Amino acid sequence: MSGLAADARRLLARAVNLRLLQVVAEPVLAFVFALIVGGIGIALFSAYVPGHAAFDVGLPIAAYGSLISGFASPNGITSTLVYATPLVLAGLGVAIGFRGGLFNIGGRGQFLIGTVGAMAVVTWIGKDAGPWITIPLALLVGASLGGFAGFIPGFLKATSGAHEVVTTIMLNYVLLFVMAWAVIGPLALPGAPQPITADVSTRNGDLPIILGRDGHLGLLIALAAVPIMWFLLFRTTIGFEIRAAGANPDAARYGGMKTRRLIVLTMTLAGFMCGLAGATTLLGVVHEMTPGYDTTIGFDAITVALLGRSNPIGVALAALLLGAMRAGAQTMQIQAGVPPELVDALQAIILLFLVVNVLRRLMARRKRRPGKGEPAAAAAVPVAGVGIE
Amino acid sequence: MNAIPEALNALPLIGILFQFLGYVAANVTFMSQTTVAVAVPVALAALCGAVCERSGVVNIGLEGIMLTAAFVGWLAGVFAVGMLGHGDPLPVFGITPPLLIGLAAAIGIGMLVSLLHAWLSISARVDQIIGGTIINIGAVGITGYLYSLVANQSLNGAGSFKALAVPKEVADFPLIGWLLNAVLAQGPIGILTIFLVIFLQIMLFRSRWGLRTRAAGEHPRAAETVGIDVIRLRYFNVVMAGALAALAGAWLSMEHGNRFDANMTAGRGFIGLAAMIVGRWTPLGAFGAALLFASATALSASLTISPPSGDLGNLTNQVPGEFWEALPYIITIVVLAGLIGRSIAPAADGVPYERESAT
Amino acid sequence: MTQDASATQPPALEMRGITKRYPGVVANDHIDLDVRRGEIHALLGENGAGKTTLMNVLYGLARPDEGRILLDGEPVEIAGPSDAIARGISMVHQHFMLIPVLSVAENVILGSETMSNRVFVDRAEASRRIGALAKSFGFALDPDAKVATLSVGQQQRVEILKALYRDARILVLDEPTAVLTPQETEEIFTLLRRLAADGRSIIFISHKLYEVLDIADRITVIRRGKVIGERRPRETTEKELAELMVGREVELTVDRGISHPGEPMLRVEGLRVADYRRHEAVSGATFEIRAGEILGVAGVAGNGQDELIEAIIGLRRSAGGHVILDGRDVTGFSPRRMNEAGTGYVPGDRHRFGLILAFPLYDNLVLTSYYRPPFAHWIVRDDKAILDSARAQVDRFDIRTPGVNVITSTLSGGNQQKVIVAREFDRSLKLLVLDQPTRGLDVGSIEFIHRQIIAKRDAGTAVLLVSAELDEVMEMSDRIAVMYRGRMVAEMDGRTADKSEVGLYMATGGREPATTEEGATP
Repeated sequence: MSGLAADARRLLARAVNLRLLQVVAEPVLAFVFALIVGGIGIALFSAYVPGHAAFDVGLPIAAYGSLISGFASPNGITSTLVYATPLVLAGLGVAIGFRGGLFNIGGRGQFLIGTVGAMAVVTWIGKDAGPWITIPLALLVGASLGGFAGFIPGFLKATSGAHEVVTTIMLNYVLLFVMAWAVIGPLALPGAPQPITADVSTRNGDLPIILGRDGHLGLLIALAAVPIMWFLLFRTTIGFEIRAAGANPDAARYGGMKTRRLIVLTMTLAGFMCGLAGATTLLGVVHEMTPGYDTTIGFDAITVALLGRSNPIGVALAALLLGAMRAGAQTMQIQAGVPPELVDALQAIILLFLVVNVLRRLMARRKRRPGKGEPAAAAAVPVAGVGIE
Repeated sequence: MNAIPEALNALPLIGILFQFLGYVAANVTFMSQTTVAVAVPVALAALCGAVCERSGVVNIGLEGIMLTAAFVGWLAGVFAVGMLGHGDPLPVFGITPPLLIGLAAAIGIGMLVSLLHAWLSISARVDQIIGGTIINIGAVGITGYLYSLVANQSLNGAGSFKALAVPKEVADFPLIGWLLNAVLAQGPIGILTIFLVIFLQIMLFRSRWGLRTRAAGEHPRAAETVGIDVIRLRYFNVVMAGALAALAGAWLSMEHGNRFDANMTAGRGFIGLAAMIVGRWTPLGAFGAALLFASATALSASLTISPPSGDLGNLTNQVPGEFWEALPYIITIVVLAGLIGRSIAPAADGVPYERESAT
Repeated sequence: MTQDASATQPPALEMRGITKRYPGVVANDHIDLDVRRGEIHALLGENGAGKTTLMNVLYGLARPDEGRILLDGEPVEIAGPSDAIARGISMVHQHFMLIPVLSVAENVILGSETMSNRVFVDRAEASRRIGALAKSFGFALDPDAKVATLSVGQQQRVEILKALYRDARILVLDEPTAVLTPQETEEIFTLLRRLAADGRSIIFISHKLYEVLDIADRITVIRRGKVIGERRPRETTEKELAELMVGREVELTVDRGISHPGEPMLRVEGLRVADYRRHEAVSGATFEIRAGEILGVAGVAGNGQDELIEAIIGLRRSAGGHVILDGRDVTGFSPRRMNEAGTGYVPGDRHRFGLILAFPLYDNLVLTSYYRPPFAHWIVRDDKAILDSARAQVDRFDIRTPGVNVITSTLSGGNQQKVIVAREFDRSLKLLVLDQPTRGLDVGSIEFIHRQIIAKRDAGTAVLLVSAELDEVMEMSDRIAVMYRGRMVAEMDGRTADKSEVGLYMATGGREPATTEEGATP
C-alpha cells in the first residue's frame, strides 16, 4: 500500500516538474533561440542598413540594445503596458478559441470592426451624451460588432462545417473594406481635405489617462479581463463545456453538451475580445482613423495565445513580452536603423522554436536509445489541444 | 428591331438582369481573359493544397510560400539585372535571363519553405494548421523586414513576363474566339497553370503516384502495410507542391505585376484552399472554383474600366467601390458555406502519421 | 533450442529472443516462436499479451530491441513491410488495412501495382487479374466495387486476396474471426486448411480457446509478453489453455445467475434511423426489455446496431417509430434528457464517445452530471464536491490510479473503461445501454465489468447489450435478439440458444432455409 502511495507521489512530482518546464522554461528558451537566430539574420543583411558594413556583428547587438532601451525606461514601461493591452484582450480571444478547438485567425477583422463600432458611437452620440455614457457604450458596441464578426464564421462552421480558418481570413478582407467604406462614408469628418474620422477626444470619447504619459484606462480593462477569463474557463460549467467540446466534441455531445451552439458561443466570445481590443485601442491610443488604418493584432494575438499556452495568465505574460518588443521597435528603428518588421519576423521564429519543443527534443535526444523512434513527448497535439498543456 | 430587348430592359429587376447580361456579353473578351488571369494564382494555390492534402498534409502555409516566392523571385531579378543587365527579351512571353533567374529562385525558395512545412508536419508532428500559420507569420515578417531594408535603395527590377499576343483571327473566331483568347492571352505561368491542371488531374487518378498519394491520405497505415513509404511520399508531395505555390507567388511579382509589395498575396492562398475544397480536392474542380471566384474580380475590374450605362450604370454607381473589392472574398465564404457539406476531405488529412506506435 | 526430431528441414519461420519495449511496458520479453511449412500455428493470449506486437515485429512495422528472425534457417533483417512482403510474409490485420474509397482491385494491387508503363496503372488488367484470383478461391467479389460498400466478411476476403496476390508463404491472421458469424468462421477455416495444405505457413492469432483447438496444429500461449507454453490440440483442454493464458484458474463462463424480469421497462416500436450517408440503417426495429433482464443483440457489424443505440440514447435523430422508457415516450430525447430519465450508456468506442482523454480523471467522472448539484451551483463548478465524489468512485470501482488528478489518457484500457462504468453505473438506473463493453480488455477487467452488469440487472435495470462478438452475447444475455439489415429477425432464450442457429440468423436474416452444415462449436 505504501509502495503505491510512494509511486503516486513520485508520479505527481514528475508531472508538476514537467508542467513547470513547459509553462516557463520552454517559452523562455524559444525566445532566447529566436533572438540568436534573429541576430544572425540582422547581421546577414546589415549591408542594407545605412552606415553599416556587410555582415556587421555589432548591428544585432546595437539593435537589441536599442530595443531594450526602448521599453526599459519609465515611459517605455507605460508604453509596454499600452502595447500589451490589446494583445492581452485579443490574445484571450484567440486563447478561448484554442480551448474550444477553434482557430480564430480573424482577429484583424474583428479588431477593425470593433474600432468602427466604437467610432460610430463616439461620432454619433459623443457630443450630446457625455463621457459616462459614450465611453462604455462605445466599448460595448465595438466589442459586440467584433463578437458578430466572430459569430459569422462560428455559425457557418456549426451549420455547414465551413472551416473557420478560411472563413475568418476571408472575413478579414471583407471587414477591411467595410472599415474603409465607413471611414470614407458615414464616419468621415465633414470638410476634411482627406477622408478621416473625428478625433474621439473632441467628442467625449477618449479614455482617461491613469498612468504616466499615455497609460489609458484600457490597462485596467485588460487587467480585469485576465481573471475573468480564467474564472470563466476553469471555474464555470460554460468553460468546462467549451474545453470539453474543444478536446473531444463527440464525448462532449454524449455528455449532453450542445456542441454546435458551443462553437458559435466560443467564436462570438473570441470576436468580442478582439473587438474590445480594437475599441480600447481607438479610444485610448489612436483616437482617429483613416481609410488605411490597419493592425497586426491578428497574428500578434495568435503568437500571444500560443506562447501563453492558451492560459489567461500565460497570455498576460506573453502579451507583456510582445508589448515590450513593440514598444522598443520604434526606438530600435530610430537608433539602430533596423526596421520594426523585425518584431514580426522574431515572432515567427519564437513560435517555431516553441512548437517543435526544442527543450524536450534536446532532453529526449540525450536519453534516446539507438533504434528508437521519435520521443513520445514530440507526439502531435490535435488542433483542439493546441497550446494547452 | 430592338423593340423586344428594349421592352425587356425597361422592366424592373428583370430589366436590370437583362442589362447585366447584355453588359457581360459586350465585355466578354476582357472579362473572360481577366477571369482566367486572376484565377491563375488561386488555381496554383489550390493545386498545391490538393497535392499536399491528397497525401494527408494540410498546408495553409501556402499563402506564406507564395509571398516568400514573390519576394525572392523579384529580388533575384533585381540582382540578376544588376549583374547581367536586362538582356533582349525573346519574342515569346518577353522572356529575359533575369526573369528566368527570378523564376528559378522563386521556385527554389518555395520548395525550401515547403520543406520546412513538411518537416514540421511530418517529422516534428506539429499541428499542421499551427505550423502553416507560423510560416505565414514568418513570411510576412521576413519579407516585410527585408523589403523595408531594400525599399529605400533605388532598385531596377527585371520587369515581367508578357502575355501571348493572340492573333486577331483567333480572337475573332466565331463563338469560341473569346474562349481561345481567354486561355491563350496569358503569360507563361498562366498557360503552364492550365497545362498543370490537366496534367495533375490525370496523374492523381491514373498514375501509380496518384494511387499511392490517395492511399496515404486516406489510410496511411494501410499504405505502409503494403510497403509504401508514407513519410517519404508525403515529403515528396509537400515539397513538389511548394513549387506550385511558388509559381503563384512568381505570377504576382513577375507576370501580373513587375514589383513586390508587402502582403501582396492578400489572401489568395486561402481563396485557393477554398477553391480546393469546393472542387472536392480534384485539380479540375479546383480550377473551376478558382474561375468562379476570379469572375467576381473580373467583373469589378470591368465595371471600373468600362462602366455600364442606363439603369444598370445608375445601380452600380450607387454600390460603393469597396463592395466590389470585397466581393471575391464574400463569394468565397458563401460558396464554401453552401457547398461544404457535400465535399469530404481525405480521411487522414491533417493527421500526422506515426510509423511505430504501441498496440 | 532443441529442434523437433521429425523436422528434416529448418522451420519456415523462427523468431528467437524477440524483445520489444515501449515506454512503461515490455510488450515482448524474449519470445521464441517457430512455424513449419504447411502448419497452422496458433498464437494464444489475452488482450494486451503482446501477440500483435510480435507480429508487427515480424512484419517490419515495429523494430525489435533484441532478437533475431530466421526464414528457412537464414537470418533476415526485416526493416519494413516491403521487406516482409518481398520475403513472402503477409498479414491480415485485426483492423482491416483497406481504403474504403478505393475499389477492391485498387486495394489489392496497392504497393505492387499492375502497370501499363512506368507511370500509369493498368486498371483493366488489375481488375481482370483480381477477378480471376477471387474466382479461383471461390470468393464472390466484384473487383470494381468500392470497399466501403462491402460487408465485414467480404472486406476480410479482400484482405486475404491481398496476401494471395502477393503469393504469401507465411500468412499472419490477427484475430480474424472477431467480427464473423460462426458460418463465416468455418469458411475461413476451410480456406486456411486449404492454404496450409498448399505448403503455406499460417500464424493464427486468437484469444478464443475453442477456435484455437479447432484449427491449429500447434498452439503457443503468450502471457504478459512471455511464452508460457506450447501445446498440441490433442494433448490439451480449454481449461488448461485458459489457465496458461490468464495465469490463474478461471471460470470459462460467467455465472449470470437467475434473472427475475419484472414489468417491461424499454419498448422500441418500429424504430427507423438513417446513417450518416442518409441511408436507412435501422428499418423498423421492434423489441422490448423488461426490468431486471439483459437483452443481447447479436449481429454482424454494420447491420444498424450503432444507429439503433445512438437513436435510443439520443445521439442520433430517428426517422420514425417510438422509444418508450418506463411507460413514457422518450423518442427524440437529447442525450442529457435520456441521462436524466435514468439511462446509462457505455459506448463501443470509449476513446471517441466515452472519455475526454486529455482531461483529468475527475472531469471525466462528471462528464454527464457536471452541470447539476452538487457538482455545480448555477454556472459555478463546485470543485470540492467533484473531487470528493471522484475519490469515492475510484475506491468503489477499483480504478487503479495514482490520484484523481491524473490525465485520463495515462490510464490502462481496463481502468479507462472502469472510469466509464463508474460514471454510468453509480446511480439508480432504469436502462443501461452497453456497446461491446469489454472490447480489448484483459480478463480481469472483463470479469469485473461483467459482475457489475449482472449486479445492475439484479437491481432491476433493463440492460441492452449490443456486441458483434457473439461469445459475449451468448454468455451474458437472458434473451438474445438478432439484428439483420436494420431489423430484429429472431429472438430466443439466452440459456437455450444454439450458437450456430444464432449465427445463421446473423448471416442470412433467417430468410433462407437453414442448411444443416456443422457449426464451429466443439
